[in-house]
Formats: sequence, structure tokens, C-alpha cells
Amino acid sequence: MMKIGICVFPGSNCDYDTYYIVKDILQEDAELIDYTVRDLERFDAVILPGGFSFGDYLRPGALASKTPLAEAIVNFAAKGRYVLGICNGFQILTELKLLPGALLPNENDRFICKRVNISVENISTAFTKELEEKETIVLPIAHHDGRFYAPEDVLEEIEKNNQVVFRYEGENPNGSLNSIAGVCNKTGNVVGMMPHPERISEDILGGLDGLKIWHSLIA
Amino acid sequence: MIYNKIMKKRVIIMPKEGILDPQGRALKDVLNEAGFDIKDVRIGKIVEIEADSLENLQKMVEDYIINPLIEDYEVL
Repeated sequence: MMKIGICVFPGSNCDYDTYYIVKDILQEDAELIDYTVRDLERFDAVILPGGFSFGDYLRPGALASKTPLAEAIVNFAAKGRYVLGICNGFQILTELKLLPGALLPNENDRFICKRVNISVENISTAFTKELEEKETIVLPIAHHDGRFYAPEDVLEEIEKNNQVVFRYEGENPNGSLNSIAGVCNKTGNVVGMMPHPERISEDILGGLDGLKIWHSLIA
Repeated sequence: MIYNKIMKKRVIIMPKEGILDPQGRALKDVLNEAGFDIKDVRIGKIVEIEADSLENLQKMVEDYIINPLIEDYEVL
């Protein structure tokens, strides 16, 4: 059984949804981790859930990236353990510089909440190995700051290293460069994504595509 | 007793040149709609902050306050 931690910052609001998926749907060992915690030794993986950590003050993810837990996650990732950031969690991981780029306000400056088609671009990461390359999955997005941005040279490197994990297919909802919806670090153990797999992992919620990401983690 | 000289500074933070600023664009559109002829409006933020040295101020701003990938700053 895997020991999977779900990070809780003040203002996280997808923490219990994610905890529920890990504990009740995957039946793995789940534990909520407070943002003041410094020791992650007992975990195999940690998930940074969606929400509005620290009220999105300063910039989304900016203040959460300066907490003791965030510092511990940097060391945790350096050991090759698995880290997934969803939505605000992705924003925190870019602010932490564990992932390249930044997430800017959506091009239309509106909060966008809908289902989108996502193309799976890299199946060698810890969170996508049960998916097929170029497979299209349907996942919900719900964010105001999801426009992926990186300076030209960084963007080129991300593409060259195959660090794009997910791309919006068809319509680009928020103006992300190269339609990027998710990226990984160079070693593939850290992944960040704007869509919410925890919101689409049960039939009663209208789909199971999110499960493929969770099954990749525990496979 | 040593008294540290505390200074109060204003830090202006702006989205980097060339990065789309949707808030600025919305304000520009409203102003042009109202009959002004505006080419560009950009919206940033001001942080008013106390520091005991310019060195510490710079450290706080660069390590904790701005994201250098997307923002520039200026101390007033």
C-alpha cells in the first residue's frame, strides 16, 4: 500500500476531495499534511490540491511556496519521490521552481469552469504511465490563473525535453503558450496540471478519466 | 542600545514587458470606448514595506515578493 500525503494550506479547498479519492476510491493509505510540517519521510507521494492557498494573495501559489511544507517538498522531490500539483498545486510548484514556467491570469481575465479535451503528451511520468500517448481524455478545469507562460528559451527547452505532459485539444481555453495544460520536471517524478482529475474519478460525477491518473500513481 | 534605522519604501511591481496583462487591456478598452485614445494600459501593484537596509529590502523583494519570470520591480 502506498502512503500518499495531501498538502493542506490555508485556503486549499480540493484537499478533502483528493483525500477521498485516495482513501476511499483507490483504497491507499491517505493522510492530510499541514503546511507547517517539515518531515515527509514516511510518504511515497504527496499531492498539492486545488484551491486558493493564502487567498491567492500576491500571486496564486506565491505565499504557499514559502512555507515549511513547500521547502520539505523540494527535498522530497530531489529524492525522486512523486509530487503532483493540481490547479493551485501546479501554481505552487511553479512558484517553488520545481516546475518551469508560470501561470498567468486567463487571457479573457475570467474564471473558467468547464470540461475540456486534454491530449496526453508524455506517458513516461509517474502520473501518466497508465495512459496512451496522444490519448484524449476529458477533464474539468476551474481556474482564473491558468495561462501557462514561459520565456521563449525556457519554452523551447520544455518542448525539447518532452516535459509537456498535457495539452488542451481543440480550443485553448485560457491562452496558454503551446496549449500547455500540464508539465513535468526533467526526471518526470514531479507533475503539475491545471485540470482536476479528482473531480472526474467516479461514474456518479459523470466520468472516470481522472482515475487513469490515479491508477498510474499506484501502478 | 543599538537603534536600527528602519526605512519605509514603496516597491512598484509590474508585469514584464511583452506579457499580456488582461486587466490593463480591459481598462484600455473602457477608456477608448469613452473617447480617449489610449494605446496601452498596464496594471501592477505597490508594496509598502519596512526594511533595516537596502540589502535586506532587495532580498525580500527578489526572493519573496516578485516572480522574476513574469514581473519587474522598482524601489521608490
